[in-house]
Amino acid sequence: MSEIIDLNLVELVQKIKKKELSSKEITKAFVDRSEKSKKLNVYITDNFNEAIKSAENFDSKPNFEKKLPGIPIAVKDLFCTKNLRTTAGSKILNNFVPPYESTVTQNLWDNGAILLGKLNCDEFAMGSSNETSFFGNVQSPIGENLVPGGSSGGSASALAAKLTPVTIGTDTGGSIRQPASFTGTVGLKPTYGSCSRYGIVAFASSLDQAGPMTSNVEDCALLLEVMSSYDLKDSTSVEFKRNNYLQNLNENIKGKKIGIPKEYITDKMPKEIEDLWQNGISYLKESGAEIIDLSLPNTPYALPAYYIVAPAEASSNLARYDGVKYGFRSNGENLIDMYEKTRSEGFGNEVKRRIMIGTYVLSSGYYDAYYLKAQKVRRLIKNDFDEAYKKVDAILTPSTPSSAFKINEKTNDPVSMYLNDIFTVPINLAGLPAISIPAGLDKKGYPLGLQIIGKAFDEQNILNIAYSMQKKIKFKNVINDWWLK
Amino acid sequence: MTKHQSQYLIKKNNNEYEVVIGLEVHAQVLSNSKLFSSSPTKFGAEPNTQVSLVDAAFPGMLPVINEFCIKQAVKTGIGLNAKINKRSIFDRKNYFYPDLPQGYQISQYKNPIVGEGSVTLDLPSGEKKIGIERLHLEQDAGKSIHDLDPENTFVDLNRSGVALMEIVSKPDLRSPDEVNIYIKKLRSIMRYLGTCDGNMQEGSLRADVNVSVRKKGDKKFGTRCEIKNVNSIKFMQMAIEYEANRQSNLIENGETIDQETRLFDTKKNETRSMRSKEDAHDYRYFPDPDLLPLELGDEFIENLKKEIPELPDQKKKRFIEKFKLTPYEANILVSDIETSRYFEEVIKNSDVKLSVNWITGELFALLNEKNLEISHSPISAKNLSKLINLIKDGTISGKIAKTVFELMIETDKNPLKIIEEKSLKQQSDPKELEKIITKVITDNADKVKEYKSGKDKLLGFFVGQVMKVSGGKANPQLVNEILKKKLK
Repeated sequence: MSEIIDLNLVELVQKIKKKELSSKEITKAFVDRSEKSKKLNVYITDNFNEAIKSAENFDSKPNFEKKLPGIPIAVKDLFCTKNLRTTAGSKILNNFVPPYESTVTQNLWDNGAILLGKLNCDEFAMGSSNETSFFGNVQSPIGENLVPGGSSGGSASALAAKLTPVTIGTDTGGSIRQPASFTGTVGLKPTYGSCSRYGIVAFASSLDQAGPMTSNVEDCALLLEVMSSYDLKDSTSVEFKRNNYLQNLNENIKGKKIGIPKEYITDKMPKEIEDLWQNGISYLKESGAEIIDLSLPNTPYALPAYYIVAPAEASSNLARYDGVKYGFRSNGENLIDMYEKTRSEGFGNEVKRRIMIGTYVLSSGYYDAYYLKAQKVRRLIKNDFDEAYKKVDAILTPSTPSSAFKINEKTNDPVSMYLNDIFTVPINLAGLPAISIPAGLDKKGYPLGLQIIGKAFDEQNILNIAYSMQKKIKFKNVINDWWLK
Repeated sequence: MTKHQSQYLIKKNNNEYEVVIGLEVHAQVLSNSKLFSSSPTKFGAEPNTQVSLVDAAFPGMLPVINEFCIKQAVKTGIGLNAKINKRSIFDRKNYFYPDLPQGYQISQYKNPIVGEGSVTLDLPSGEKKIGIERLHLEQDAGKSIHDLDPENTFVDLNRSGVALMEIVSKPDLRSPDEVNIYIKKLRSIMRYLGTCDGNMQEGSLRADVNVSVRKKGDKKFGTRCEIKNVNSIKFMQMAIEYEANRQSNLIENGETIDQETRLFDTKKNETRSMRSKEDAHDYRYFPDPDLLPLELGDEFIENLKKEIPELPDQKKKRFIEKFKLTPYEANILVSDIETSRYFEEVIKNSDVKLSVNWITGELFALLNEKNLEISHSPISAKNLSKLINLIKDGTISGKIAKTVFELMIETDKNPLKIIEEKSLKQQSDPKELEKIITKVITDNADKVKEYKSGKDKLLGFFVGQVMKVSGGKANPQLVNEILKKKLK
């Protein structure tokens, strides 16, 4: 059975369609392995029994027209799943069972996929190491006591450890791309408005986007085309023609203009990351792409602007968790007491920190100096990209300023934790698509990723570039199953 | 702005104080579904039966704007002669309360859908224009119910998310009477437009009342207090009176007025401090990232303009010009769209002057007595029109008509049928009338003598006698003519 878990999504789909494998065989393989994964702590809530039943159902009446026929998929626990507990990694939603399904997960099931379980993440997706989850930190299969990144850390670990063939995450400031980079996997944040936010527990509404996390670019293309849809239930969803990304995948990038922004070259950048970037540039040149140096002058202001806008929206988005309607409630003497106890016991420290920051920057007297200014910076950052895209088709940068770090290494230093997102947040602020692909290992043997940033709604282009680079890089994740029982 | 000298002054010792009032009217948009969800908005439903996952703010639920509510707001803006803003923004107003499930109310802060406009009031002293500052759309909250249980509060979310228009006036109102006329005019316009039913008992129309006073002749406004959520015109007037007196007294006593939010206690007929300016909430308004800015195209607005019916001011003008009504009559008939509809239905086939008299006289008295809206009038416009025609063509006298009117109330029957059934038809046959007149003359020989000797006034006596004998049915004009002939 061990070979099933080594197959990627596209291969699994083919095997099912050719009836070489049944949905049950596949599902069972991933369930078996998942059951032995306790050390990784990736599952908050499993759906193993139901998944096997669903697989049997699929096999009894298989529909091979579906894009994900009988494929089991575990998803980040930020997606509401009907009748299955959805926690967002928080105590405050510890007991919350949604009576509805998010649009993105519904798209998966409508295309034949089967829910394996709900994956750990940073509480309300606030974190870069999956250490803020109420359900405990996640271990990376890359190495013991190594963080998988965050906030989609459970998703990244589960994927790298082959507990699920593919997975989905959400990315507000890098929460898909950074863990993908840390775990040697592929992660794509689509253009804002591509994937519906309906039914996804909100962190920062103007930045949140769901996206695919996979072991290669082909799977990423396939999963994206299933996830992405125009949804009337999300007012920020955008109506545009969605491609058959997999079918249109094309490694020929001859003549493509790829920009290299000088602001992403930082003084403290480790040599190995710079080398990796240079390698990426060489591969692109070899493939006939044209490399163009460019400037995104407002890049240094992206991180501070992000850490104003995101907490501001979060402070308001999280106001609904008040103990009144659903979720955790701590009884109090009176209403205010109940609110205070519920929210101080129900939220973890990082969430509270961001609620405090967000409340502060929106307060009268501070609004103009912080929130309004941050929004202006955001505009400038977007203008930078608009200017750049007059000259180039895509932009290449490293995904992260470092490889994965140790658990507890940065928990007491929020700013150094926030710096993890330095290469990823500008893209969220500008609403653009970006993909992180594994590009090599550092000297410790930890994976590192490169990020390809595209024009809005030009996912096909960055997938093509990633596809071309993947063929050159030939990255192979080396994972010993230290965590297996 | 038309000059209007207010008569409403608060007298304290040797000083006279003018009252300055501005209203923030919350008008519920007439719509079958809520502002950002498809839940129904019916009044009086069982608690929590009209609540969607969006209204209850479940995780991951998103607001989707109801286009119909946008149209209603734009129409109202047009009806208020106001600027329609082609770009408006929905903001979040953040505060915690159990009946506010999101923890914020979606409202419009800096960029409302409707800008400045005006409403014209007909005051006894003439017309007065009241400026409209803005109109914005926002969600209503749910309802906290504190009196069902000694320890617990219950929350009903049926209203949560219902669309409200907040219509903010400029501080142009100067008396409780003007407030009364302003609210009624606003309500009248919205009813004409079909954008708000204006039903104050059901809470479809409430207002926050801003009141300040200043010494007569002062140019500068005094410090204002805001009286929250007053739900009847009478209470608004009482609250203003109380507040104007309270504030004048404070000034007279050399004290200062604190800018604060106050509550009107309808039982004690007084306002009480709710919270001072220092305790005011910091609502941390910011644009709702779940909703894109609302952009309205020219065509969208132009199409809505085409849907605007004739409004009270225009209708009044037409009634005066076309039907020669007095401004007073026209005002009464246009103030309520149903009344104007009724009137126009009646005059389709009937004499205008008689119609005005009957509608504003008998019909209004009847509706008043029975406490009925004209839309529920027991007498249909069609039948009232028939009754008026029967008077006009002499079939019945005005006096008999009143009897027939009474009989119509119970049945709303065709008046002609009633007249036939009850034999109330006017006696206009000269031969029959002559018989009665002859009898009256014979029975009153002494009075005939007096009349013939020059006491002309006695003609009225003979007419009265004839009417009495005929049971009121005799045609008075004919009776007059025949009597005069016979008594020569």
